[in-house]
Amino acid sequence: MTPRARAAGVSAALIAIALAAPAVAAPLDELMARLAQRRHGVADFEQTQYLAVLKQPMHSSGVLTYDAPDRLEQRTLKPHVQSMLLDHGMLTLQRGSRQRTLRLQDYPDIAPLIDSVRATLAGDQAALEQRFDLSLDGNLDHWQLQLQPRDPKLAALVRHIRIAGERDAILEVELQQSDGDRSLMSISPRE
Amino acid sequence: MNRTRVLRLAAWLLALGAAVGVIAHARFSADLSAFLPRAPTATEQQLVDQLQNGLAAHLILIGIEGGSAVERAAAARALTAALSRQSDFLAVNDGDAAGEERDRAFVFAHRYVLSPNVTPDRFSAAGLHAALEDSLDLISSPAGLLAQSLLQSDPTGETLAVIDQLDAGSAPHSTQGVWSSPDERRALLLAETRVSGSDTDGQARALRAIQTAFESAAPQHLRLLLSGPAVFAVSARATIEHEVKRLSILSSAMIVTLLLLVYRSVATLLLGLLPVVSGALAGVAAVALGSGVVHGITLGFGITLIGESVDYSIYLLVQSRRNPQHDSVQVPPRLWRTIGLGMLTSVCGFASLLPSSFPGLAQLGLYSIAGLLAAAAVTRWVLPSLLPRRVRRRDLTPVGRAAARWLSKRHGWGFGLLALGLLNAGFLYSHRERLWNRDLTALSPVSATAQALDGELRAQLGAPDISNLVLISGSDQEAVLQRAERVSQRLDALVASGAIGGYDSPSHYLPSAHTQAARQLSLPDADTLRQRLGTATADLPLRPQALQEFVQAVDRARGAAPIDRAALAQTSMALALDALLWSQANHWHALLPLRANRRTPNGGDIDIARVRAAIADEPAGSTLALNIKQETDALYGSYLREAVRLSVIGFGAIIVLLALVLRTAARVARVIVPLVLAVLVVAATLIASGVPLTILHLIGLLLIVAVGSNYALFFDRRTTDAVDDLPLTLASLLVANATTVIGFGVLASSQVPVLSALGATVAPGALLALWFAALLAPRALFAAAASS
Repeated sequence: MTPRARAAGVSAALIAIALAAPAVAAPLDELMARLAQRRHGVADFEQTQYLAVLKQPMHSSGVLTYDAPDRLEQRTLKPHVQSMLLDHGMLTLQRGSRQRTLRLQDYPDIAPLIDSVRATLAGDQAALEQRFDLSLDGNLDHWQLQLQPRDPKLAALVRHIRIAGERDAILEVELQQSDGDRSLMSISPRE
Repeated sequence: MNRTRVLRLAAWLLALGAAVGVIAHARFSADLSAFLPRAPTATEQQLVDQLQNGLAAHLILIGIEGGSAVERAAAARALTAALSRQSDFLAVNDGDAAGEERDRAFVFAHRYVLSPNVTPDRFSAAGLHAALEDSLDLISSPAGLLAQSLLQSDPTGETLAVIDQLDAGSAPHSTQGVWSSPDERRALLLAETRVSGSDTDGQARALRAIQTAFESAAPQHLRLLLSGPAVFAVSARATIEHEVKRLSILSSAMIVTLLLLVYRSVATLLLGLLPVVSGALAGVAAVALGSGVVHGITLGFGITLIGESVDYSIYLLVQSRRNPQHDSVQVPPRLWRTIGLGMLTSVCGFASLLPSSFPGLAQLGLYSIAGLLAAAAVTRWVLPSLLPRRVRRRDLTPVGRAAARWLSKRHGWGFGLLALGLLNAGFLYSHRERLWNRDLTALSPVSATAQALDGELRAQLGAPDISNLVLISGSDQEAVLQRAERVSQRLDALVASGAIGGYDSPSHYLPSAHTQAARQLSLPDADTLRQRLGTATADLPLRPQALQEFVQAVDRARGAAPIDRAALAQTSMALALDALLWSQANHWHALLPLRANRRTPNGGDIDIARVRAAIADEPAGSTLALNIKQETDALYGSYLREAVRLSVIGFGAIIVLLALVLRTAARVARVIVPLVLAVLVVAATLIASGVPLTILHLIGLLLIVAVGSNYALFFDRRTTDAVDDLPLTLASLLVANATTVIGFGVLASSQVPVLSALGATVAPGALLALWFAALLAPRALFAAAASS
């Protein structure tokens, strides 16, 4: 690419951003405000994880329950029944009769990632912006929110989190790790 | 001045000099331990010492309130930095991220010797299969990232097992990178002082250092909260010192004013104090000779106990007249005999304290006996020689005559008082199960608010609460740790059954060398492990090649040197370990604090008998399960029973003494009945107003008998005797009684429970004793005196 062509490319990109920006800034606040209004939700989820340590992608599915602002339960039904409750920064894992409680604060490297879905559901813009650069695509009816870690330590682990949704419902969460591993969760709210 | 007088004065001055000499070489102790129960057996004594000197007694719990979370965190960091530089502190921890990071790094590095799950089974092909399946499940959860980061290096989850075991449930909450209360309104720190818990001066210095550092490090609108055994000891001492000072100034001022009104001469007033001062010096010297160490609090109490000796000089100064012809002091014929008998009665009462195993009581007994003997002797043989020639005393005869007139008109009180006595005795009998307060905290100078704050900070910090515990002693560290591990297994079963909520053990931080070696032996070599992983992952979606890091980590752990105390340095676990494992005089001790199960219906009191049963096969004596509050209350209860028994014996001795001297039952009864009545009414009133009696109330009742016996003895006279001295006798009794009621009445207003208990018992008791003694005296006596 000649310098001139590169310059043209950059200008085009700048123009695109300039055109898109005014449409985006306000909607982020709007979206967060809408999400924050949601007090309770139940949804089915399906998760696929593409990890280097795995011979093949791993599938799991179950039910998500959310109660504003800081209680999120993920009940996995397949392949094994287990539940995971995130409540006030405490993570309780239950499998059969075994229960284990972890404090998110004990895992500062990973805590923001685990907390990101909850913070999005709660429309907690401050909590999200403290850890991530946010960018919103689309419109309020069909939106995509991209979370880019600010902290270099976190960035070394995760490239981005992409959350897609319609209006006040989250439909898809994608986590792209820096080492190439990836996981994708699709969510279908129960009405 | 004749030779006898000179000799007496010389002997007195010599004795005072000797007493001062003894006192100058005496050891004084400022702590309150004399009024805490002393354990009866050597083992329990050792236990109490260890708890007082163990690390729990070195911990100061610190809270910071007010301002914003950011300001509190900044203040906490600044305070930590400032205190860490001071030699008064061994460690200061605010839960900062760097410290937490070091802790995690330590746990991760040593997971294979720390984890209780490391067994040969765990590392068999089947065990690995189960562990990997668990890890894969974890990956598909919101905590998946956490599991993922550990999957390659720690697929069997030993790091999590160690964290679980370290009682993560009780670890403090964290805000802005420092420890905080769960509601995030208070930043929390933990400081370990260098000086032991029994060094109150050192603890006071450490507390001042914290306050100074806080004031220079934090903005004005932040508040500092301090708690812990050091704070209690220092504030208790300060409160008592302050109260004693305030109360003695207040009561001295009132008593001095009263006596100046009576004596109208400063010189006479000062002379009147000579018996008290001599008695106090004799008392302290006797205690110093008798028990080696004089407790500060004995001094304070002792003065009030021999306050009775002020009465001696009042009796002398009010009742005596100077005979101008012989240049001698004329005293009423019965004065010395009455004072002497009253003094002996008190000595009988206080002698009953001597055999007490409550150290403070025994000292008080000795102090009072020596003090009263000396005071009475000075009043009898020294004071008359020193009285000034020109007496400017106010003549109190009119006051006495007025009292006599008033008393001569009262009649028919005998039956009324008998009925009152029976009524109160009946009331006490019906409440006999609830007479005594068996709770030691009733004596504690620590306020309920301060105790509540301590409980709150302790819970929020997860600091060891040593109210229920297992204590292990042994000859060396390894033996103690091994036993702690065996006891831990029993306690695990109790946790599983819900009998206890959890526990902490030094072996969680530092497993015994034996256990560390056994765990290392459970780990297979690299080739074997690879082979087993191949088998284990055959039907799992996991690629065995992805677990290379795990194989290397296990291989390293097999050959690693075992960890010791030094390996924990720089982690917050070092502090936890020191609190739970220490050596003293070539003996090692491990402390396993028990946590109540909050989910049980009774809200979590630990049934210590169940814990005892669970560890019953451990050698008794070197492994003890204790509920500290129960133990100390039981100990206190036994002291209380003993003190009651001794008081009854002392009372019996007083009756025998009076019977020997007074010879007739009627006279003994006239002296004893008013005292018994006063004791009954005071005790019944206390109980009726919802104050169960403590050991201090018992001392108060004893004092009523001691002081009141003097009053009653003055009324022990036949109606045929001369009555011309009676008005002055009555007046001197009124003055003496007023000083006692003022002194103890002021004490009753104290915030220190031991002082107010004493004051609230003696002030009304002394008043009633005089009142009853006068009402029960023959009326004809007063009629004659009023008209004389």
